[in-house]
Amino acid sequence: MATTNITIPARSASGPEGKHAPARMKFYVDTKRCIECGGCEVACKNENNVPPGIARIRVVTVNEGQPGETNVAVPCMHCSNAPCVSVCPVDALFHRADGIVHVNKDTCIGCGYCLYACPFGAPQFPKGSPFGKRGVMDKCTYCAGGPEEAFSATEQELYGSNRIAEGKLPMCASICSTKALVAGDAEEVANVVRARSAARGSAAGSWGWGTAYPNN
Amino acid sequence: MRGGFMKLTRVTESGGQYPNPALMDGLQTGVSRRGFITAAGMGVGLAAMGPSLVKEAKAATDTGGNPRKLNQIKTICGNCAVGCGFIAEVENDTWVSIEPWFEHPINQGSLCSKGSAAREHVISEKRLKSPMKLDGGKWKRISWDTAMSEITAKLQDIRKKHGPDALMILGSAHHNNETSYALRKFAAFWGSNNIDHQARICHSTTVAGIANTWGYGAMTNSMNDIRNSQCVFIIGENVCTSHPIAMQHILTAKEENKAQIIVADPRFTQTAAFANKFVQFRSGTDVALIYGLINVILENGWEDKSMINDRTYGFSDLKEELKRYDLETVSDITGVPVADIVHSARLMAENRPGTLIWAMGGTQHANGTSNTRSYAALQLVLGNMGKPGGGCNIFRGHDNVQGATDLGVLSNTLPGYYGLGVNTAYKHWSNVWGVEHNWIKSRFKDEKIMGKKGFTVARWYEGVLMDTKELGQDVNVHAAFYWGHSCNSQSQMDRIKTALDKVELLVDIDPFVTTTSILPDRKDGVYILPAATVYEQAGSVTNSNRDIQWRNQVVKPVWESRKDLDIILDLADRLGFGKEFKKSRNGAWKELPEDITREWNLGMRTIGMTGQTVERMKRQQEWGHAFDLKTKIAEGGPCDGEQWGLPWPCWTDKHPGSHVLYRTSIPVAEGGMGFRARWGPKAPDGRTLLAGKGSAPVDSSLNEGYAEMKNWKTDLTGKVFEDAIAKGLAPYGNGRARFHVWTMKDDPVPKHREPLHSPRPDLITEWVTYDDVKDHYRVPTLFKSLQKKDWVEKYPLILSSGRQVEFEGGGNSERNCWWLVELQPEMYAEIHPRLANNNRIKHGDLIWVESPEDTDTQPSRIKVKAKVTRRVSPDMVYLPFHWGGVMSGKDLSHKYPEGYVPYGIGESANTVTNYGYDRITQMQETKTGLCRIMKA
Repeated sequence: MATTNITIPARSASGPEGKHAPARMKFYVDTKRCIECGGCEVACKNENNVPPGIARIRVVTVNEGQPGETNVAVPCMHCSNAPCVSVCPVDALFHRADGIVHVNKDTCIGCGYCLYACPFGAPQFPKGSPFGKRGVMDKCTYCAGGPEEAFSATEQELYGSNRIAEGKLPMCASICSTKALVAGDAEEVANVVRARSAARGSAAGSWGWGTAYPNN
Repeated sequence: MRGGFMKLTRVTESGGQYPNPALMDGLQTGVSRRGFITAAGMGVGLAAMGPSLVKEAKAATDTGGNPRKLNQIKTICGNCAVGCGFIAEVENDTWVSIEPWFEHPINQGSLCSKGSAAREHVISEKRLKSPMKLDGGKWKRISWDTAMSEITAKLQDIRKKHGPDALMILGSAHHNNETSYALRKFAAFWGSNNIDHQARICHSTTVAGIANTWGYGAMTNSMNDIRNSQCVFIIGENVCTSHPIAMQHILTAKEENKAQIIVADPRFTQTAAFANKFVQFRSGTDVALIYGLINVILENGWEDKSMINDRTYGFSDLKEELKRYDLETVSDITGVPVADIVHSARLMAENRPGTLIWAMGGTQHANGTSNTRSYAALQLVLGNMGKPGGGCNIFRGHDNVQGATDLGVLSNTLPGYYGLGVNTAYKHWSNVWGVEHNWIKSRFKDEKIMGKKGFTVARWYEGVLMDTKELGQDVNVHAAFYWGHSCNSQSQMDRIKTALDKVELLVDIDPFVTTTSILPDRKDGVYILPAATVYEQAGSVTNSNRDIQWRNQVVKPVWESRKDLDIILDLADRLGFGKEFKKSRNGAWKELPEDITREWNLGMRTIGMTGQTVERMKRQQEWGHAFDLKTKIAEGGPCDGEQWGLPWPCWTDKHPGSHVLYRTSIPVAEGGMGFRARWGPKAPDGRTLLAGKGSAPVDSSLNEGYAEMKNWKTDLTGKVFEDAIAKGLAPYGNGRARFHVWTMKDDPVPKHREPLHSPRPDLITEWVTYDDVKDHYRVPTLFKSLQKKDWVEKYPLILSSGRQVEFEGGGNSERNCWWLVELQPEMYAEIHPRLANNNRIKHGDLIWVESPEDTDTQPSRIKVKAKVTRRVSPDMVYLPFHWGGVMSGKDLSHKYPEGYVPYGIGESANTVTNYGYDRITQMQETKTGLCRIMKA
């Protein structure tokens, strides 16, 4: 059986003024593929030196042990209209030009308001920091470090690695067991989703067939 | 290749262009971690992100901040047998990070939680930092020299008093091929067959079952080849948990081929969630289930008649046995509705080629060998053997368990499955070792014991405990080496503890302090020696599908740890046979470990581990990007035509390897072959064992069955292989696969037999287990006398054990990595809500799990948390088996040397798994036992 061959024509990256359109970085979790192996969680710790108790990404299982069991890896989704950015009282949270949401740990007061606002539970609060029990907020950086000089010791210590500045994708998506977790410019991520949908198709035995025809 | 989207393209280290890794299931991808910004102007993420970030990266570089300059080392993961590659990054001999090896044809950069935690095995604070000795009840730090001289003096003393068979060596499936080979050689030079390793309790029943069916006991196809399957039948294996990266290939088959995924398991596993069809059956009834499926296939005429007629033996005997398995009977035994059996059979028949995957759910039974033979029978009947997309994809456990098995770290054979024949196997290997056959003989007590199978991992401790009158040797075991092996993966933990209390000398060699060292209650006589992890030593490793990959050393052994091979060589020197040990027919060892590879290349004729030269393996490592994901064949470049990993048989250094065994649609020179003609041209009943006309591999000079070539197993010149290949012939002949194995006297054809601890006493009479055996790997093994009908009255629940994705085996390495322990912090028992409610147990409550008394007088019990989940059926209890450090409710933390208590400790499942061993291989029966539970 030949490999399914799907071609998605390249879209021109030039905007009306002839300038390059900016990237918009996104995660996508293919719930038809995530197997709850925990690779992303450990890879994140390894790459960013994340302390115990902090989960910048977490795999969540829905309906464990029952038909329909589904896993979702949940990092910070780097929302375009990010509630955390809106509510932060000290403007510690902000968007980079490429859409990555960063927290400035020098400004953050650790109030936890972002935790109320975030629909994904992304904000994390380390224990035992000078800010008391909750500490300043820590979260997924999209492996893009933070608002410090790229590759500097301060950046490494406060935020972890800066793979984006090195021209690499976040570690969690890079090592994902089944390529369930996809990262990149939203346009490319959309291409991945399109290609997979086309490969999965709609013939007998495809995804969802068992739901439509349970007794077949 | 998919796409035509230039925007997604990036440049790899070798100059080829590949798309973004995140996009690609079907594509090989490559990335040079650093250097591409300057070399090519853009890299993986940059191309994906658009130009704005390219500028930013450059700006960052311009402002002085530079990424660290790191040394990149390609290596192979040391956890499971999928054989994933990754790139370790090192600075000043310190392992600082991991990068995905996108061009690796098996995993394409992917890693699971264990693989992602590889670095922590090296940097963990819990690493054993120096040799330790138990002295007066206290752990004392000692030097290597003191440890080795005391241990060897004691060994010599024991040898003088009791002879060489008083030593038991428990080797490791984590040792690379060179170390495994050296350890097996060490046992032979010491003069005993009492050496074994984890394969005994992992896939020994697979090896015995399918090697007796078609010649070789290994996985017949490859992980990548599952991409060619139209149907994937998974029985007794939870791929998501045990071999996560293999799911990449299975899901690709599901998405691209619309392959039917059928999962048969007593539990609704994580893998079952991805199945099109889930078949929940009672643990230990595999043969009945498979025979039900075969019966449906035969009734409908769906069988592959030409495969059966031309390439198999004993089909009529199988058909005779099948008469006992009408669908109602099968349904009664297995608990599977008839409609589900029929539907599954139809899915398999209508979607060919299909592959069959199994692991320990199938092997760890008292009739495990019959289970594996029945799976093989199903694939033969469907005609799925010898085809891409078909085969028996038997997933093995540890990273080098296939290699350690091939290299004979087993009490029943020398390397290469040559057996133990004093004048055959030992003669061949003496020849390879470059020593006198008589000298080797002189190392043993006598020729009789030299040719006799030794103790196994599963029951070696009886050698310490039982009276010598009951044993198959005239001395007890007085010294035990646990070498990269944890005792909590073996059942009957309470018996093991008693033996560990009693044995004179216990040596535990491991990167971490294991359960073995801390279990016994004693004051002295225990040594723990720090071994390097797999990443601190180089060598080749064989993954589950026979791919042999070179694993580079990432860093030097940390602290005072030493490479396993160095420890073996030191022991050999101190025991006085170091010079002979390093001799070789190739000339004395100089370059290590490479010269050992060259030595096994010379001797491993039987399975064709002859063409995987060091140079070829290292070259493949550089050319991963040239290999196709589905065919595993390199296109162009210096590896042109080679298969990834040079999977055995790879007869000569020109042969490409054979990732699909028994495939006749390609010539032998390209990896084709028929079934092995291993049992002569004729069976004792007079029927032929040679394949029928027209069933030889293409381009064969004899297009029919033929016997094996003369001297093919012992000719060290390679001429026999070359001549055979030139004529298009497989050196081992072209025979028939056997449904009927006359040497297995109890089960010439596999039969369903109720487990020793059966929850269905009404079935025991008809489906009775075996008779007890007296001298079974030097110990008596009980079957019928322990299969009691009244077990179930007091112990009504089925007890089964299995894996957690974060851990492996005894878990002694992984429970010392906090990244993993954080994800899986404690031991538990899975029980169904119905069972929990009927016993007034809530999720998170502490409960006792108690199992019957077996051979001891006391029942065994463990205290664990209840995990209430619908994953299990209401009649069973499921336990993960990686835990140690707590026994029967007692915390053993105080027994560890100071600072070495693992991050995660818990009750060992194997304290309560029941007695029960395979009739052929002595595999432990941990998947089907009985127990009861109560609130603690």
